[in-house]
Amino acid sequence: MHTKTLTQLARDLKARKLSSEELTRAYLARIERFNPELNAFITVLQEQALTTARAADACIGKGDAGPLTGLPIAHKDIFCTRGVKTSCGSKMLDNFVAPYDATIVERLRQNGMVLLGKTNMDEFAMGSSNETSFYGPVKNPWDPTRVPGGSSGGSAAAVAARLAPAATGTDTGGSIRQPAALTGLTGIKPTYGRVSRYGMIAFASSLDQAGVITCTAEDAALLLGAMAGFDPRDSTSVDRPVPDYTAELEHPLKGLRIGLPKEFFDRGLDGRVGEAVYAALTVYKKLGAEVRDISLPNFWLSVPTYYVVAPAECSSNLSRFDGVRFGHRCENPVDLMDLYTRSRGEGFGAEVKRRIMTGTYVLSAGYYDAYYLKAQKTRTLIRQDFIAAFENVDVIMGPATPTPAFGLGEKTEDPITMYLNDIYANGVNLAGLPGISIPMGFVDKLPVGLQIIGNYFDEARLLSAAHQYQRETDWHTRIPKGFE
Amino acid sequence: MEWETVIGLEIHAQLLTKSKIFSAASTAFGAAPNTQACLVDLGYPGVLPVLNKEAVRMAVKFGLAIGAQIATRSVFARKNYFYPDLPKGYQISQYELPVVSKGSVEIELEDGGRRRIGITRAHLEEDAGKSLHEGFEGISGIDLNRAGTPLLEIVSEPDMRSAKEAVAYMKKIHSLVRYLEICDGNLQEGSFRCDANVSVRRQGEQKFGTRAELKNINSFHFVEKAILYEVQRQIDVIESGGKVVQETRLYDSKKNETRSMRSKEEANDYRYFPDPDLLPLEITESFVAEVRKTLPELPDGKKQRFMRAYGLSAYDAALLTASRELADYYETLVQAVGGEAKLCANWVMGELSAALNQNNKEVTQSPVTAAMLAELLKRILDNTISGKIAKEVFEALWAGEGGADAVIENKGLKQITDSSAIGKIIDEIMAANPRQLSDYRAGKDKLFAFFVGQVMKATQGKANPQQVNELLLRKLKS
Repeated sequence: MHTKTLTQLARDLKARKLSSEELTRAYLARIERFNPELNAFITVLQEQALTTARAADACIGKGDAGPLTGLPIAHKDIFCTRGVKTSCGSKMLDNFVAPYDATIVERLRQNGMVLLGKTNMDEFAMGSSNETSFYGPVKNPWDPTRVPGGSSGGSAAAVAARLAPAATGTDTGGSIRQPAALTGLTGIKPTYGRVSRYGMIAFASSLDQAGVITCTAEDAALLLGAMAGFDPRDSTSVDRPVPDYTAELEHPLKGLRIGLPKEFFDRGLDGRVGEAVYAALTVYKKLGAEVRDISLPNFWLSVPTYYVVAPAECSSNLSRFDGVRFGHRCENPVDLMDLYTRSRGEGFGAEVKRRIMTGTYVLSAGYYDAYYLKAQKTRTLIRQDFIAAFENVDVIMGPATPTPAFGLGEKTEDPITMYLNDIYANGVNLAGLPGISIPMGFVDKLPVGLQIIGNYFDEARLLSAAHQYQRETDWHTRIPKGFE
Repeated sequence: MEWETVIGLEIHAQLLTKSKIFSAASTAFGAAPNTQACLVDLGYPGVLPVLNKEAVRMAVKFGLAIGAQIATRSVFARKNYFYPDLPKGYQISQYELPVVSKGSVEIELEDGGRRRIGITRAHLEEDAGKSLHEGFEGISGIDLNRAGTPLLEIVSEPDMRSAKEAVAYMKKIHSLVRYLEICDGNLQEGSFRCDANVSVRRQGEQKFGTRAELKNINSFHFVEKAILYEVQRQIDVIESGGKVVQETRLYDSKKNETRSMRSKEEANDYRYFPDPDLLPLEITESFVAEVRKTLPELPDGKKQRFMRAYGLSAYDAALLTASRELADYYETLVQAVGGEAKLCANWVMGELSAALNQNNKEVTQSPVTAAMLAELLKRILDNTISGKIAKEVFEALWAGEGGADAVIENKGLKQITDSSAIGKIIDEIMAANPRQLSDYRAGKDKLFAFFVGQVMKATQGKANPQQVNELLLRKLKS
């Protein structure tokens, strides 16, 4: 049953072909079997999951189940989950049991979903390979010598290996789309403000957005509908109705104008990935779409801009981890400064420290104008490029990543090449636009992803474009060897 | 060498909202430590701030009261620094774009003149918690009840030229925020706090001297003393060939001195930047208009009206309008008495204020309500009692011995207005004091007072003084 999609499982539950408990047990068994090699989960909630599953079965039995009741899911360990360790992949929060539920955790819980566990991630979501986690790297189910991408690497690996039918993720600069691409999955980052950030441990508040990693666009539509929507506890969430994404999936693509930014097909791109994009475009043309060449002239500024904005915000967001109220506290501090420096020095890993240092620097007196303020200006330019482009096209397509999954340890010594793996992703966050990555083929027997970028709040169009592509292709149905 | 003092004040007024500026926790003072701090106040991972609209309303109210500009768009920023009572490691405050800017108030100078004091800006921010060092061995306690309480920071221009002016300005703002009902003005509990920027320069010089920022001056009295001390210190430094350094200084009220806390070089780099968790605060014209409708009569306007409507002197009117509560008390009293504005004013500023001061009470806590006092004053006006006896009755009212009529009745304080009764007493006194009588009749006019005193003594002060005078005159002369 683990080879089925979330949507198929929902049908089976509804038809009582299987119970939520059976389903949950099956996934828990797979986690028990495969997690030791993949390291996709930080916490597995065996008993809690079974209790919820049984309650869901009772619900289904009484006939008052919703479309998600009884379906298992895994949450990235960045979402606060009441009574459950919420580590954010860091030693700093290894001892942190969240006293409350993040809004999306609460919403999916209220929808009757069964939480299997909390997935591994780069520390505080800072990383593109899941190698910065305090809990160790996650292996890519397609090739255990390679990374699954990051920072939502645990979620991606778990879904790719069918240890969960779907998982939540967060995307600050590609952290949903890149791992989805590197593991052959569908990953959507909604418009900034579409999904509440309340209870999602902040990395860079103006960029962070929660989304899902699933096997299909149809599954993503099902989940996103339940997660999205205004939350009075998040001032940056937008009060705007949530469309019925599932109902919109079949919206015809005839006449869809696809923009192809020439800047996405530059030197950094593996030619074979580029070819896969062109192959995907022929499918879209067959579906009635037209492809237009466009330009995003300030696109080249997105990675440098991102690496000023994100560290600046993170340096401030992570100040609360000071050893005073929660999280790691050093042994026997002699004074306040000692408490701060050792608690933080011991609690944070190298990449987090690097970004805190960078962020502190760019906000410092005398450097603020040259870095932070300049980055705000280039951010505006990047956003304006997208807005201008969307005057002539409906969606923008291109590669999700420049290459397929790279080897574990291959880029850990060189942060810049690591950062460049998100070159096509960063700009979308800076602009606050929605983006989705879907499987579009294989290079070196490793999956590669097609990124579709939409206009603000145009998730329905992204999902329908992804869904109709998936009806024409079978890349998304492939399961890595050993996990079938 | 003549020196000129230049002073600017930064006043922090805690806003009287029910809940905190970015969370739903209560702002009530005095609860057990950490019982009024929710996850947002505690800076827990994942929580987010949501702006309290009531705090914005109050800031706008203040802005309108000082004739300031209300920003249609203002921005919350993060002020980053580490301290245990600052849970998030940053304070949310307004930095580049405050909600209120460019206002002013007028203060009265000692010589009767007036001076306009500019208010550069007033911005919204959250308060920090408290670090408690007393009563702990080897550790510090943190109470985060206050964390997230809304503050309005009111920054003046360097427009004040003496410690007295600084106090007058501080009192003016204090009165204003209480009139507006946006702050309780409680200096002891720290809901109204003040820092002073002080510098000196030679008379006639254009450039400001180097300033020191004085912290921890939590009373009107200490503001004056701290500034006076600091001014003299700076003059001494310069006159002995030294230089004033820019620094933050702490005022020690026990020793009456200021001492250095940290120099400019040691000052934190706060790394201000717009808080990405909060959207820019946008204030519409209709919101401002709505707030404008709620503006009460302000102290200056009320004072003018009191002078006009009640025929009071500027001095009396200023005293009576110093607080909204006192002014309300006065107006209730006048209305209940049905006029006699001057008599009412004298009683409020005299007996009532003295009793309040003596017992350290606010006018709202007075055991003698305006209605009770009105009853008393009416008995003066209808000659039931004299003004002198009325003071005795007031004391009884204050002590809770009942209403004026009851007290007069129970204590037998009713004035004797029966002419024949007073005449009989006078006759007896004349008979008992033949020598004084003959001396008076021989031309010793001063002895008239002796006879008045004797009559009053005999009647325990209850005889109507006017009648006593008239009857005595007639009988002594005949």
